[in-house]
Amino acid sequence: MKRRQIIATVAMLAAGTGLVGCSSSDDGGSDASNCTNTITKKDLPVVTMWGWYPNTQLVVDNFNKQNNEVQVCWTNVGQGGDEYDKFQTAISAGTGAPDVIMVEADRIPTFQIQGALVDIKKYGYDAVKANYSEGAWKDVSVGDAVYGVPVDGGPMGMIYRKDIFDKYKVTPPKTWAEYEQTAQKVKDAGGPLFGDLGANVPAVLMALQIQKGATPFTFDPAQPKSIGVKLNDQASKDVLDYWGGLAKKGLVGTQDQFTPEYISGVINGNYATYISAAWAPGYLTGAGVGKGQDTGKFAVAPLPQWDPANPVQVNWGGSAFSVTKQAKKPELAAKVAYGLYADKESLTDGWTNQIIFPLNLTALKDPAFIDLKVAFFDGQQANKEVYVPAADAYQGVSYAPFGQYYLDAMTKQVSEVIKGSVTGSQAADRLQEDVAKYAKEQGFTVQ
Amino acid sequence: MTVLTEKREPRTQPKTRKIRGKVHLREHLMGWFFVGPFGVVFLAFLIAPLGYALYLSLFQKKLIGGTSFVLFDNYVKAFTDPSFLSGAWFVIRFSLVSIPLQIILALAMALILDAVTTLFARFSRLMIFLPYAIPTVIGAVMWGFLYSKGFGPLTDIFGLFGATAPDFLGSNLIFYGLLNVVTWQWAGYYMIILYAALQGIDPTLYEAARMDGAGRWQVATRIKIPLIAPALILILVFSLIGTLQFFNEPQILRYLAAGTIGADFTPNMYAYQQAFSLANFNYGSAISFALGGIVFICVYAFLFFTRKRRSFL
Repeated sequence: MKRRQIIATVAMLAAGTGLVGCSSSDDGGSDASNCTNTITKKDLPVVTMWGWYPNTQLVVDNFNKQNNEVQVCWTNVGQGGDEYDKFQTAISAGTGAPDVIMVEADRIPTFQIQGALVDIKKYGYDAVKANYSEGAWKDVSVGDAVYGVPVDGGPMGMIYRKDIFDKYKVTPPKTWAEYEQTAQKVKDAGGPLFGDLGANVPAVLMALQIQKGATPFTFDPAQPKSIGVKLNDQASKDVLDYWGGLAKKGLVGTQDQFTPEYISGVINGNYATYISAAWAPGYLTGAGVGKGQDTGKFAVAPLPQWDPANPVQVNWGGSAFSVTKQAKKPELAAKVAYGLYADKESLTDGWTNQIIFPLNLTALKDPAFIDLKVAFFDGQQANKEVYVPAADAYQGVSYAPFGQYYLDAMTKQVSEVIKGSVTGSQAADRLQEDVAKYAKEQGFTVQ
Repeated sequence: MTVLTEKREPRTQPKTRKIRGKVHLREHLMGWFFVGPFGVVFLAFLIAPLGYALYLSLFQKKLIGGTSFVLFDNYVKAFTDPSFLSGAWFVIRFSLVSIPLQIILALAMALILDAVTTLFARFSRLMIFLPYAIPTVIGAVMWGFLYSKGFGPLTDIFGLFGATAPDFLGSNLIFYGLLNVVTWQWAGYYMIILYAALQGIDPTLYEAARMDGAGRWQVATRIKIPLIAPALILILVFSLIGTLQFFNEPQILRYLAAGTIGADFTPNMYAYQQAFSLANFNYGSAISFALGGIVFICVYAFLFFTRKRRSFL
């Protein structure tokens, strides 16, 4: 009996300590003990950071080497949506977020409206203001407040397979009408699909709608309770109808992008063009495209236009560093946000490998960058010919403070268009209804 | 027992009661002491999270205006939300097809393996069970690649006959694509449970049946199946609950076919999306509880209709 009592007591104590062990709070993101990088200057204060640039390790090491005031502790918690989900959970929990976070510009309003980001204007904005264009600052600002430091832009262009274009004797289309005609011509000659309409890349379609003159969201930070949602105007409908039509005629594929299936298709030459942004070559190279016998098969041309007399350039993706509200020392965190990926060495590594399209003017105006002969494009001066002019002409956009919902809803509608159950116009109407309803539920006045 | 009562008899009544009371109290304390660890874990890891989720589901959080108490508004919203309803309808339809299919397959295999006792039968038993040992996530990824149009084997196989391969990740066939993955993964597991139940039947019953002139088929349908009915009902309940909570396979295949499998494909996925990517923990909790309600109703209805046969629960 006695022994059993002892055993029971021990068991209970063990269970008890187990529980205590669980309840002792784990700071997660703000814990500096499990960095991916090694911090050598151990006596300096540490700022935690999340990011997923393929060369983050190098960027962080460069920063830490050059800085004697603060050190960066970097963790890669996933790319895009994976990171946002974790950040969102940390915001809801009130703990666990890093001090500095890499975000895409279109997500800034989503986090800003929840009060999760710090306005970094008072922490040294004036010193670096001249390093970026006005459009770049606009994308990371809400009203007068600045919520991020621009790093990477996503000017769009049309990547195409030279071998396919040569084989079917076609030239890069300059307008969307030509794009369809060329697609038809290639198809009639027994060629591959001309492009791809992926339901999982709604941001591309949003950019293409904006190119035609749509303004999906209008948002005045002075009146944060009201928002303009216009997802079914004529321009938006036209673009969805256009792509829905291409898919229906079998001119473009309907494969989800960023999947092994799509990449294998790109490698096989199943798609003659890829409407994408300046960072795409880096991504495609990383996925194994354009290597071996496929070297130099790709080239890039400016994005086709609706009205060649009034060309409009648009953006897909692009990212920035923001300081989170959970940062214990926002001033130090802002120093990191301003300084990280802003040194020449890191920027040069970024653009030579096409990991980023630099928004920092020291790189953007650097002749070496502008004149770069891009290996992926067989030595074509892609920056000079396509991306830099596109970036210069880019006007900036107002993004929604509920970007995640909007993009999910758009994916749903685009997949309906692909299925053929609705037309592009109907999809736009449904999307408008869906998103406006969500905005109202979230307490906005919808105009 | 009798010895004890005999011993107690000569003692005076009040003393006995006092001693008994003391013994009872000590036994009580000991009982609680032993139940304690389980009780603490049970409360901390089951009751408390459930209670907290229920509490959360009674509030509404807006981007503008903050959090407010809304009682059952979230539930009203869930049961009028097309995303939730279509997801729920999908899992119910999926259950109606996949469960009978899996059970019939599992039963057939179990009966065959029970009747055949060669070395090959033992090997087959292991092979049929093997998919269950593969983690769901790996299984889903594997099938995702097998279904691939670009590098899956289907294209080649159908190409031999000059046909185009069906796209099991496309919106028309995704139902069957998932059905195949789930059946492949779970039929073997159910087969093992049924096989174990069959092994537990007293062989003298078969002998008696044979003496009465029963053939193999009759032995199977008249003796074996009725005797393993409790095990059948058990796996039916398991599979019903599992299928209504469908999450892993579609969530993984979503990485390959986000257009086909929306974020609200099944109620569990919808709850996940609401809670973790839209930061709407309140509505996510409400969806989870609403799904719990549907599961409860389905399981209750099922047990009600099979109440004569059940010998467990």
